[in-house]
Amino acid sequence: MTIPDFLLAAAVFVLAMVALGLVRILRGPEEADRMMATQLFGTGGIAALLLLGVATQAKAVLDVALTLALLAAFASVAFARSASSSKGDDPKETSRQ
Amino acid sequence: MSLVLDIFTIVAVSAGAFFFLAGTVGLLRFPDTLTRLHALTKADNLGLGLVVMGLLPQAEQPFAVIKLIAIWLFALLAGATVGQLMARAARRERPTP
Amino acid sequence: MTLALAVDISLALLVLAVAGWIIAVRDTFGAVIGFVAYGLLLALVWVRLAAPDVALTEAAIGGGLTGALLIGAAARLRGTEAAARAEYPGAFTRTLAAVLAVTVAAALAIGVLALPDPAPTLAPAAAAASLATTGVGNPVTAVLLAFRAMDTLLEAIVVLLALLGVWSLAPDRAWGGCPGPRRPVDPDGVLAYLAQLLPPIGIIVGLYIFWIGADLPGGKFQGATILAAMWLLVIWAGLADTPPIGRTWLRVLLVAGPLVFIAIGFAGAITAGAVLAYPEGYAKPLIVAIEIALMPTLVLTLALLVAGAPQRIPPQ
Repeated sequence: MTIPDFLLAAAVFVLAMVALGLVRILRGPEEADRMMATQLFGTGGIAALLLLGVATQAKAVLDVALTLALLAAFASVAFARSASSSKGDDPKETSRQ
Repeated sequence: MSLVLDIFTIVAVSAGAFFFLAGTVGLLRFPDTLTRLHALTKADNLGLGLVVMGLLPQAEQPFAVIKLIAIWLFALLAGATVGQLMARAARRERPTP
Repeated sequence: MTLALAVDISLALLVLAVAGWIIAVRDTFGAVIGFVAYGLLLALVWVRLAAPDVALTEAAIGGGLTGALLIGAAARLRGTEAAARAEYPGAFTRTLAAVLAVTVAAALAIGVLALPDPAPTLAPAAAAASLATTGVGNPVTAVLLAFRAMDTLLEAIVVLLALLGVWSLAPDRAWGGCPGPRRPVDPDGVLAYLAQLLPPIGIIVGLYIFWIGADLPGGKFQGATILAAMWLLVIWAGLADTPPIGRTWLRVLLVAGPLVFIAIGFAGAITAGAVLAYPEGYAKPLIVAIEIALMPTLVLTLALLVAGAPQRIPPQ
C-alpha cells in the first residue's frame, strides 16, 4: 500500500466519522449541540481535504483548507451572537456590569 | 530516510484518525451538551493536529509546511473559542443542569 | 484508483444525505445548520472535481459568510416560527409542489444524461484565448475578466443592489444610522480575544488569496469574503462599530469598484473597438486595476450585507 493510497483511505475514514457526527446535527436536542456537530464537521472536513490534497498532489487544496480554517469559528460566533441577542445577555457578562 | 518519514506519516495520521473516531463517539454517546462539548473540542483539535503532523513530511515546499501549521493553529483557535461560546450558549438554554 | 472512487462515493452519499435533511427538517435553524455543513461538503466536492477556484469560493462564501447571514436570519425569524407553522400548506399544495420539483429535477437529469460524451465546450478555446491576450496566469481570472467581463461586472453590481435591498428595510428614523445593535465589549471575553488575535493574520491571508488570484486559484471575491469576515468578527466582539450608512466615504467606496470597471469598459469602446475590451498590451494592468478597485467595494458590501439593516438613529 503506497502512501497516497493510505492517505486516501484515511480521508474516507475521517469522512465516515464526520458522517456519523451528522446524527448529532439531526438529533440536537439543543441548538448548541447542532452547532457543535457542525464544528466537528468543519474540522473533519479540513482534515479530509488535506489528506485528499496531499494524496492527489493538488496544491490549491492548501489554500481552500486555509480559508476553511480561518472561517471555522465564524458561523459559531454568529450563532452565539444571535443566541445572546435573542435571549438576553450572557450571565457572566451581565453580572459584571 | 524516506521510509522512516513514511512510517511517521502512517503512525501520525492513524493516530489522528483515531481521535476523530473518539470525538465522534463522544459526540454521539455522551449524555449532555457540556460533556459532549468536552469530548469534541479535545478530540477534533488533536485529530487535526496529528493529521497535519503526519502530512508535514509529505509536503514538498517550505511554504506548504507553513500553511499546514497555520491551518492547524487556526483550527485550534476556532476550537478553543467555539468551545467557550457553545458552553455559554448551552448554559443559557438550560441554566440548571 | 478504487480508493479514489470510495472517496467520491462517500462524498456523494454525504451530500445527498445533508441535502435531503435540509429539505425534510421542519425548523429553520436546523435547516440553516444543515446548509453550513452542505457548503463545506460542496467545497470538498469541487476539489474532487478539480475546480479549486470554485472550492475556494464555496469555502469562503458558502461555508462562512452565507452561514452567518442565514443564522442571523433564522434567529430573527424565531418569533414567527409558530405562526409560520400554523400556515402549513394542505395536502394538495404539497403534492403540487412535489410534482413540480420532481418534474424539474427529472428534466435536468434527462438534459444532463442526454449530453454527448464528451460534451461540446468552448472552455479550452476561451481559456486559451483569454490567457494569450491578457497575460494573466490563472485561466479562471482571465476568462472572468476578459471573456466574461460583463458577467463579472453585473455580479459586482448585483451584490450592491442586494445591499440596497437590505438597507431599504430600515425604519425611516434609522435611515443613515448604524446597522445592528451596539455590542457591549467584554475585554476579558473569549470573543474579544479571538477578534484581536485572528484579524491581523486573517487580513494577510485574505490579501494573499486576492493577490495570487492572478496566477493561481484565488481572487477578489474569495479574498474580500475573508476580509469582510475579519471585520465582522471585530464588530461582533464590540471592538469596533458598524459605520453609519449615511457616511460619504462609505458610499463613495461602495460605488467606486463598479464605476472603475464601467469606466475602463467604456474606455475600451474607444481604445480597443468594443465595450469591455482591453487595448492591446494593456490587458493585464487594466485587469489588476479593476480587481484592486473592486476589492474595497466587495469587502464593504459583503460585510454590510451580513451586518443587516440600519437600526440606530444616525449621529448628528
